[in-house]
Amino acid sequence: MFRFIVRRLLQLIPTLFGLSLLLFIWLRRLPGGPETAILGERGTPEMRAAIRRNMGLDEPILVQYGRFVRRMIKLDLGTSTSTKRAVTTEFIERFPGTVELTITAMIIAIGIGIPLGYLAARRRGRFLDHASVGGSLIGICIPVFFLGYVLKAIFSENLHWFPSSGRQDPTLEATRVTNFFVLDGLMTREWDAAADALWHLVLPAIALASIPLAIIVRITRASVLEVLNEDFVRTAEAKGLTEQTVRRRHVLRNAMLPVATSIGLLAGGLLSGAVLTETVFAFSGIGAFVAEAIGQRDYPVLMGFILIIAVVYVLVNLLVDLSYSFIDPRVRVR
Amino acid sequence: MALLEVEDLSVTFARRGQRAVHAVDGVSFSVDAGEVVGLVGESGCGKSVTSLAIMGLLPKQPGLRVGGKAVFDGTDLLQLDDRSRRDIRGRDIAMIFQDPLSSLNPVIPIGLQVTEVLARHRGMKGETAAKEAAALLDRVGIPDPKRRLKEYPHQLSGGMRQRALIAMAVACQPRLLIADEPTTALDVTIQAQILELLKELVRDSGTALLMITHDLGVVAGMVDTVNVLYGGRVVETARRRPLFRQPRHPYTVGLLGSVPRLDAGRGEKLNPIPGSVRDLLPWPDGCAFAPRCARRIDECVGEPPELVHAHDGRSYRCVNPEPLPGMVPAPREEESA
Repeated sequence: MFRFIVRRLLQLIPTLFGLSLLLFIWLRRLPGGPETAILGERGTPEMRAAIRRNMGLDEPILVQYGRFVRRMIKLDLGTSTSTKRAVTTEFIERFPGTVELTITAMIIAIGIGIPLGYLAARRRGRFLDHASVGGSLIGICIPVFFLGYVLKAIFSENLHWFPSSGRQDPTLEATRVTNFFVLDGLMTREWDAAADALWHLVLPAIALASIPLAIIVRITRASVLEVLNEDFVRTAEAKGLTEQTVRRRHVLRNAMLPVATSIGLLAGGLLSGAVLTETVFAFSGIGAFVAEAIGQRDYPVLMGFILIIAVVYVLVNLLVDLSYSFIDPRVRVR
Repeated sequence: MALLEVEDLSVTFARRGQRAVHAVDGVSFSVDAGEVVGLVGESGCGKSVTSLAIMGLLPKQPGLRVGGKAVFDGTDLLQLDDRSRRDIRGRDIAMIFQDPLSSLNPVIPIGLQVTEVLARHRGMKGETAAKEAAALLDRVGIPDPKRRLKEYPHQLSGGMRQRALIAMAVACQPRLLIADEPTTALDVTIQAQILELLKELVRDSGTALLMITHDLGVVAGMVDTVNVLYGGRVVETARRRPLFRQPRHPYTVGLLGSVPRLDAGRGEKLNPIPGSVRDLLPWPDGCAFAPRCARRIDECVGEPPELVHAHDGRSYRCVNPEPLPGMVPAPREEESA
């Protein structure tokens, strides 16, 4: 098990190198550069060249890449060209917000999706089944930003149940430790701060959860239906086990295998998908920051963001693979 | 009184807009305590559906209708509610299935799959249950049972898996064991071992065995009474010896004729029954076997043939049965219907 984890983490290194080289070349091929973003349309060629020289963008691309790699090894991602602050500092401030949002969305999607998909399968062909299958189709079809605005209009602007934007009420003056606001509140025992941060998470998390929720419902339902027809479920029934034992021990556990795989794939997508949600709810996570960086051609920020997403993706899928070996002994890792 | 008395059992699958399929159509047979009874026939003739109906294990679906009676020790299993059925299943009636790999849960260890029966019906827990489970595995001939308890189905060989399933089935010393093609998925050498084990268990514990098979070799080796099924009906019932010596129903004759024999002459051809069951669904109105029957006469079409009780304790459902040797044709006058 330990060797498996180490091997997978080592695999991360070539992945990151390949990815960063590709991105590096790609990003610099984009029309327009930071100098255009800074100077606008009216900059003279001399001014542009000066800025490029200043940023080291006039050197051969491989030299630039070499410098990037040397810095990256020291976990230094450079300085943002738009905010003039270290990219790592920006990320440390903003990434926790996105992670909090993603985790909350995932908890909602899993916590509702699996039971709902399971019940839909048990009540196959009845109202709950049709409702959840139809509902999940709608969930997949509705764009996240549209759902975000609808939720905001109904639950915060009309009903005033939830705040409409931000991560926390600034008047609380909560203490910052990790920049995970909920966690910070719990660690410093500022319960009101934790609760307020959680309250701010609800609407954006629901909006973000809609698509993964719909996918999890469908995969769970299909998977449970398949397992219900398996011979070993009939064996379990033939043993006279109670319905509860049959369901929990024999049906649900086997049905979780495809669900676990899809959760891994969804989680990575969620992190990058948070961009839209954060914009709608003015949620100061990494998504909104990166969206801006694209417009500014802020190369260091973009590189850093994509590499971090890649690392997270690999880690999440490592976790999924590990969870697999707990669920299914046939794929026990060595 | 018989331990299990199945009377006029019928299972119908009705689909909207389609003709209902009578998978089992008025099947009656009985199993005495300690007896080995066979349900024999080709695939599709209703053997497995019969056993699943008795156990209440038919997949719930709209349009499924189960009729008749299956009286076990005085109670009609078909009238029981779900809970009482679960109490009987695994404790009084246990079942083993065809494919041992798919019949075992792949993600939980063998041990738990054995102890869960003990916990459910015998109230055993923890160390006691583990000990009993090891003893059970030992009893069905699994070497090193303690280690096997911790292993998963994919780590066992096919024969071991079937032994493990048998261990689960006999865990509560049931009075009736239903074995649905228990050897079909196994190698020939393993088949013989498993049959030997079943025989031994039946003999030692006095458990009655309902053996469902298409394999006449299995029947010849262990069954006391044979019920031959065709088209969802019992077409012939007899003790093993008379059945093999003088089959009366043309279908039984056909089944026996399609088995290769070592004592047959070189170059002698097998006589398979022409056609297959599936081509004929839903069954024709008259005798279901008529379209494939070599002895078909005009009376075979129209009304299904009545069950004829012959004086030697056997019965068959045929209007033109195979004559007994040394008997003049048209033996129907001598027998009471």
